[in-house]
Amino acid sequence: MPVDASLAGRTFPPTAPYTVTEERVREFAAATGSAYDGGAAPATFPIVVAFGAMTALMEDPSVGIALHRVVHGEQRFTYTRPVAVGDELTAELTVDSLRQIGGADIIGTRSEITDAEGRPVCTAFATLVHRGEDTPS
Amino acid sequence: MNTGDVLPEQTYTVTRADLVRYAGASGDRNPIHWSERVATSVGLPGVIAHGMYTMALAARALDTWADGPGKVRELSCKFTKPVVVPDDDTGVTVRVKGTVKQVTDAGTHVALEVTCGDEKVLGQPKAVLVA
Repeated sequence: MPVDASLAGRTFPPTAPYTVTEERVREFAAATGSAYDGGAAPATFPIVVAFGAMTALMEDPSVGIALHRVVHGEQRFTYTRPVAVGDELTAELTVDSLRQIGGADIIGTRSEITDAEGRPVCTAFATLVHRGEDTPS
Repeated sequence: MNTGDVLPEQTYTVTRADLVRYAGASGDRNPIHWSERVATSVGLPGVIAHGMYTMALAARALDTWADGPGKVRELSCKFTKPVVVPDDDTGVTVRVKGTVKQVTDAGTHVALEVTCGDEKVLGQPKAVLVA
């Protein structure tokens, strides 16, 4: 079943503040084979915060997404500044676009990631592909 | 970096252990990234790396070329082919290449190529670094 057309343009409540600790950044860097040097967090680190917002979208019963049918199609980040240890980040997700192609919903999301003062840090654009039940995998 | 520069290829190994660490570090615990049973049940050839894991490797290459993290102003890609990670100690190799397309006031535009075996696993991966 396709997701409701009214989803387009909808903005979800901001995620709870996420505190960027040195330990978290070190773990993330180590998982991808990098060594954290005490400076900026790895460029894709903000996905941790954006992922929280995307999970809230996908688990919202009013949206009608079946989690196991979702594939990450595309990702783009634009940065105002790098993420640093000590940041307290929240993500506010808006569904920018929604279209149906071949029985799948193509959901374009934009998560605005801001710091504790509400200043922009990064915008994470994710395209989620929600495959319909009859769509061959 | 100057327009036309071909940046040195970076080679990374990805193992199942890396995916488990990344699942914990990123919060993405989707079982297709650690369970063969679940991965094959949804039609995948086996356990696959998180698309964001592969994108993180592209970012790691950018950090190497830019002499440190914090220089990326834009980063984007499509997730076109899965990186299948075998259940062994050897893992799989991901290669990241880059070419400087142009240098403007907005920054240094880099076109990437990310491959596993003979296949490009990311579609149109590109980045803008601070000039």
